[in-house]
Amino acid sequence: MAKKYELNEVEVWDGNMAAAHALRQAQVDILAAYPITPSTPIVQNYSKFLADGYVDGEFIMVESEHSAMSGCVAASAAGVRAATATSSQGFALMVEVLYQASGMRLPIVLTVVNRALAAPLNVNGDHSDMYLGRDAGWINLCSYNPQEAYDLTLMAFKIGEDLNVRLPVMVHQDGFICSHTAQNVRPLQDEEAQEFVGEYKPVNSMLDVANPVTHGVQTEEDWHFEHKARQHHDLMNSVSVIKKVFAEFKDRTGREYDLVYTYKMDDADVAIFALGTTVESAQIAADQMREKGIKAGVVSLRVFRPFPFNEVAEALSNVKAIAAMDRSAPGGTFGALFNEISASLMAHGKKPVVLNYIYGLGGRDTTINMLKEVYEDLDKCAKAGEAVVPLQQFIGLRGPKLSFY
Amino acid sequence: MVKKIKNLKEFSLSNDRFEGANLMCPGCSHNIIVREVLNATDDPVIVATATGCLEVCTAVYPKTSWDVSWIHIGFENAAVAAATVSAAYEVMKKKGKLPPATQKMVDEGKEPKIVAFAGDGGTYDIGFQSLSGAFERGHNFMYVCLDNEVYANTGGQRSSSTPIGASTTTSPAGSVSYGEKMMKKSMVEIMADHGAPYVAQVSPSKWKDLVKKVQKGFEVYGPVYINAQSACTTEWKHAPEDTIEVSDLGVDSCVWPLYEIINERDEHGIIYSTKLNITYRPKKKIPVEEYLAAQPRFRHLFKPENRHIIDLWQKAVDARWEYLQRREEAGV
Repeated sequence: MAKKYELNEVEVWDGNMAAAHALRQAQVDILAAYPITPSTPIVQNYSKFLADGYVDGEFIMVESEHSAMSGCVAASAAGVRAATATSSQGFALMVEVLYQASGMRLPIVLTVVNRALAAPLNVNGDHSDMYLGRDAGWINLCSYNPQEAYDLTLMAFKIGEDLNVRLPVMVHQDGFICSHTAQNVRPLQDEEAQEFVGEYKPVNSMLDVANPVTHGVQTEEDWHFEHKARQHHDLMNSVSVIKKVFAEFKDRTGREYDLVYTYKMDDADVAIFALGTTVESAQIAADQMREKGIKAGVVSLRVFRPFPFNEVAEALSNVKAIAAMDRSAPGGTFGALFNEISASLMAHGKKPVVLNYIYGLGGRDTTINMLKEVYEDLDKCAKAGEAVVPLQQFIGLRGPKLSFY
Repeated sequence: MVKKIKNLKEFSLSNDRFEGANLMCPGCSHNIIVREVLNATDDPVIVATATGCLEVCTAVYPKTSWDVSWIHIGFENAAVAAATVSAAYEVMKKKGKLPPATQKMVDEGKEPKIVAFAGDGGTYDIGFQSLSGAFERGHNFMYVCLDNEVYANTGGQRSSSTPIGASTTTSPAGSVSYGEKMMKKSMVEIMADHGAPYVAQVSPSKWKDLVKKVQKGFEVYGPVYINAQSACTTEWKHAPEDTIEVSDLGVDSCVWPLYEIINERDEHGIIYSTKLNITYRPKKKIPVEEYLAAQPRFRHLFKPENRHIIDLWQKAVDARWEYLQRREEAGV
């Protein structure tokens, strides 16, 4: 039996320590992982918990991220709780198996510490890895600080393992700014956390030798489409379970989560829509804009997949101009948030100005002043009733300004 | 628990946990090998399979040929799949949370045997990293390479197991080429050098030898590697009914020597003894030419301009046979 870890009411943890404690409290049976900056401390912390008797399960230090995710798939099919952590290139190496995890309906938890993708090689935070995996059929939860990284990791197990969901779940946090920045975190005590997450309920366990089961079949044009459709159906419908788990978590902790996060949106004319740590910076910028008489607000997602299509339109229903902030190189088009927000607004008959800002690639600092300039752009567009600045701009970039359309 | 097998008739009547109802080619060795491996034990078996002929022919939804728990993830990860199932088994055993039926078997001394099957593409090439990692970590499982020396499932491309002179779809023989240029990779020695407690080479035609080695492998704790000769009627281009004969030619010419390497460890895991045993010695070592002549993939080697490759083959096989005998004699 694992030892109880004595925790203070308030701990000072960085995002990696917060995620590691959540994995420990979930009493993962198999954690298979490979080190990569900036998520490495998650597995280092976890190894130390194991070495000190706080974990009953096994930590397998495999020889690549591909094997890390393959190990999680096999362990999960074997009927045990499995999890891992990664970033960037490691995430990219996992991609093949991410699709296998979701297609095989295995509720693995992956804590992703977001980092840029090479080339050029870069260890700092952006959302390239998150965007790379967005069609992989996983539930994607987004945190902005260590507390949320902790909370959402605990909730990830309960969401993914729900028998109506049975899908893998990623929990994202920003590299370094969240993962390596110590902040106050209010954890649950071990027994409370374990009670919340619950015992793992195996489904079609390979270890049950009395009931042989075939995992990872082949389907061609006769059945593949139905399998993928069913998977999409269940991913779309996981919203109700996500909401239920958020509600249970609120009852237990008082901390409230929703599909979409809003800040001062009740009367906002202009809004920044971002993910990750920029959400907190944008709130400070919004407050400062409000001192200047500009009604600024902030919108973000807790759940990137399934994308809260209606809730996004609802949150933005009275706004005149929106900045969709994409922290990933868009590769020849607009950023994903821009496209998805625009689709959501269009489907709901809303026509605010939507601008696309590409920012913070490779860990480039995004300052309050930069975000205030974004609000200034939005204010101009809101007043003019049309886009009076380019639709896509790169901000915080050295050299001449880069913009399109 | 070691299964007692009296004779081939009894063995062939064992309760199949891998059904003959599958899509493999008539005359395919994979079927024979998998049956021989699974029938070597009455204990529960759990199988991981790499992408390849065996996988695409035995688990096409909504059907399955497997009467044991089975998983396929991808081409390159059968080793880590089996290894992690093994780790999961050990964790649940330690926690006392095995499914009741499994726990009952364990209490009766019937520990599940966890086996990975992969072709040479999934072993020598794309799966090598995963295989090496799983062996280094020492997981308790058996890895069986169904070695047909070619990417048969994708239409006969060369792998690093393809022997010199073979004509494949990516190393075809032509007016200026004798086919594959590289020698076959020495997978058995490579796996033994990982420190695995038991490594062996087998042929489905020598079923007693195969079963004995698989049973030995099941009895040791740690990763076990079995390299199984798998004559491929489609890519070696021999007639389906000649599979066993071609296999025998390989064994009797010493192209496919049957041997085992045993690494014995002390309680600290230090290897104190490595022994190589040749488990089958042909009464009459036949010329390699006879083995090559039986397979149209080597037909072009019999043209005058390519005869030197046959000579090279004979030299390479003789040198290797000599090497194995010396190791056996020296007890290393």
